[in-house]
Amino acid sequence: MSGEQELLRQLLDKQSSGTLKPSDRYKIPPQAMPAQDPVARRRNVNEVALGYTETQARLEALRCLQCKNAPCVEGCPVRIRIRDFIAAVAEGDYKKALNIIKENSLLPAVCGRVCPQEVQCQQKCTVGKKYKDVNMAVSVGRLERFVADLDQDNQSIPEVAPETGKRIAVVGSGPGGIVAATDLRRMGHDVTIFEAFHKPGGVMVYGIPEFRLPKAIVRKEIDVLSKMGVKIVCNFLVGKTRTIEQLMTLDGFDSLFIGVGAGLPRFMGIEGENLIGVLSANEYLTRANLMNAYRFGKGADTPIVTSKRVAVIGGGNVAMDSARTAVRLGAEKVYLVYRRSEKEMPARLEEVEHAKEEGIDFRLLQSPKRILADQDSSVKALELLKYELGEPDASGRRRPVPVPGSEFQLELDTVIIAIGNTANPLIAQTTPGLNFNKWGNIIVDENCKTSLDGVYAGGDIVLGAATVILAMGQGRTAAAAINDYLSAK
Amino acid sequence: MSHKIISKQQLAEHIFAADVEAPLIAAARKPGQFVIISINNEYSERIPLTIADADPQKGTIHLIWQRLGKTTAELSELKVGDSIENIVGPLGKPTHIQKLGAVVCIGGGIGNVPLLPIARAMKQASNKLISIIGARNKQLIILENEFRQISDELIVTTDDGSYGRKALVTEPLVEICQRRDKPALAIAIGPAVMMKFCCEVTKQYEVPTVVSLNTIMVDGTGMCGGCRVDVDGQTKFVCVDGPEFDGHKVNFDLMIKRLNAYKAQEQKALENYQKNQCKIGLGK
Repeated sequence: MSGEQELLRQLLDKQSSGTLKPSDRYKIPPQAMPAQDPVARRRNVNEVALGYTETQARLEALRCLQCKNAPCVEGCPVRIRIRDFIAAVAEGDYKKALNIIKENSLLPAVCGRVCPQEVQCQQKCTVGKKYKDVNMAVSVGRLERFVADLDQDNQSIPEVAPETGKRIAVVGSGPGGIVAATDLRRMGHDVTIFEAFHKPGGVMVYGIPEFRLPKAIVRKEIDVLSKMGVKIVCNFLVGKTRTIEQLMTLDGFDSLFIGVGAGLPRFMGIEGENLIGVLSANEYLTRANLMNAYRFGKGADTPIVTSKRVAVIGGGNVAMDSARTAVRLGAEKVYLVYRRSEKEMPARLEEVEHAKEEGIDFRLLQSPKRILADQDSSVKALELLKYELGEPDASGRRRPVPVPGSEFQLELDTVIIAIGNTANPLIAQTTPGLNFNKWGNIIVDENCKTSLDGVYAGGDIVLGAATVILAMGQGRTAAAAINDYLSAK
Repeated sequence: MSHKIISKQQLAEHIFAADVEAPLIAAARKPGQFVIISINNEYSERIPLTIADADPQKGTIHLIWQRLGKTTAELSELKVGDSIENIVGPLGKPTHIQKLGAVVCIGGGIGNVPLLPIARAMKQASNKLISIIGARNKQLIILENEFRQISDELIVTTDDGSYGRKALVTEPLVEICQRRDKPALAIAIGPAVMMKFCCEVTKQYEVPTVVSLNTIMVDGTGMCGGCRVDVDGQTKFVCVDGPEFDGHKVNFDLMIKRLNAYKAQEQKALENYQKNQCKIGLGK
């Protein structure tokens, strides 16, 4: 019996005899996530985080103090009963744990992997607070993933209520659309998802790389949708193939959910941004993920830049994904340039750590000034300006202030811009009567209802750049509201 | 849903045309718009192609392409009854069609394809239509009859003089711009370098000019930004802001360079494809 197993046995004995104290729980070491070796994984696209063993999961679950007020639940955008599912993991009742999660979240295998837990549930965790270190919090996400992965072979299909005869169009097959479609189908409605790309899954397929979220997991969720009787139509760009008005009038949909996600990639507006070798993270990741360009010439026709020296601009998950993709595509040197300090980085902690382990060179408090070209208009170098942290700004983060005269250059052949997206204008251009805010995001009420009767929206097209879990939360809110709307009609 | 090829023709040595089933796109498309296709869901790349024409009754769109890279080579091998797995569209903003007086349409090579529906719509809007179509040689002149049917005046040019007038399209364009009743609008579609020189001419004679750009694209819906061009110092996306722009404001030099961004890989993909085709041929 390993040390871990022995520790678990002792703790469980104490628990069953009612003598397990919070002090015992505090003493349990936080369980590290097993991961692929950093050197080996630089050359493959397999998932990096391997998942807890059963012993690890139960030990980690026993670290949870089972607080009466369960502050973690407050931190969860969809209010999963975290304390209770963790108690079930500690008991070894994983099925019960999963059922508790599924009351509020449909895609735990996805959320366990991609949620920014350290600014949500784990930020509120009493254990982390005690140590004044969010890294010491109970690893809620890893536990969620553990119970979800155990269920991967289970092909249980959610029960569908008797047909209502109501038809609903879901625009976009990302996290918001999947959740809305699942919920609405469960209620017995006739649901059709329209996806612009040739494969469903949205950001989980084109954006988040295989090494962080295996496509097989997304595919399984999509299969469940199909088996429930949700129709999925790919290559259908709402606003162009059909407008929203046409779907509602000509095609006879009774209600519609818009979950089209993020839109146009943002650029910085600096000199040299349209040079060859400067690309948006959206383009880079879409080529690599959706189009399988990492297999170019070996079964995939989509090319991708062959980079030796790369700089990725940005500090979010998309920036980490791009930098780590560049490593896997054979780049020798990859910089990550961020104008604030590491503390302000919006990326998940785990991704930041993994990126560092993989040799990404973090250039913090630096920001691009211009991109320099060689005679062929290809990227030759990036000129950076150094920054220091000043007073906090509107976001509460300390504002970076440029240091005059601190310019210097990095020699590069590729610059990937990962500083966010602006709203896609297609729906706005083609949907009269639909109200948008000044950033081009759709305005909705607390039920995700838009200014048009029967039309609801959620996810990034409403929130700007947000997360998978927030999109799912809005998908669920909208589904409930659509059901109410249709019942009242 | 895959899209069956209903009919197919070869128009010139490397130029093919096909009617393809796509009823929703056939119903929605307008002149100036394009589609993105990928032949196979698993391995193909996505490429933009102009919608040359459509038959909403039959539910087909008419595509014309030039065999250039691997994907267009593979497309050229498809037969009637075969299918293209993915077609999405219609994409891009339609051409703004209005009555202006005289309109000169300049098409170069495969650029005649996107030009034809726009020229036709301009004619239907009661404009006087002057068309200039050019190519390197006689074999590469396409859609001449179609242009002849709709044009009040048609000038055909070839670089080598093997047909029509031996000239570049800019030569008759200068003459037309010099006329007392110079055209109210020029529409130039063709290779980037041709559009660039047409715009230099029309700028000199102050004839507003629309160009339709065919840049590298992945999604075609505004998401990737691969198609971005510099228009009047501002970055624009061809897929959602275009494909048509004020030709006098487009930075063609940069665009031409960006078109070559993946040239080495495209070449390699084509060579591999041709090599494999030969092997298949030997096995037969």
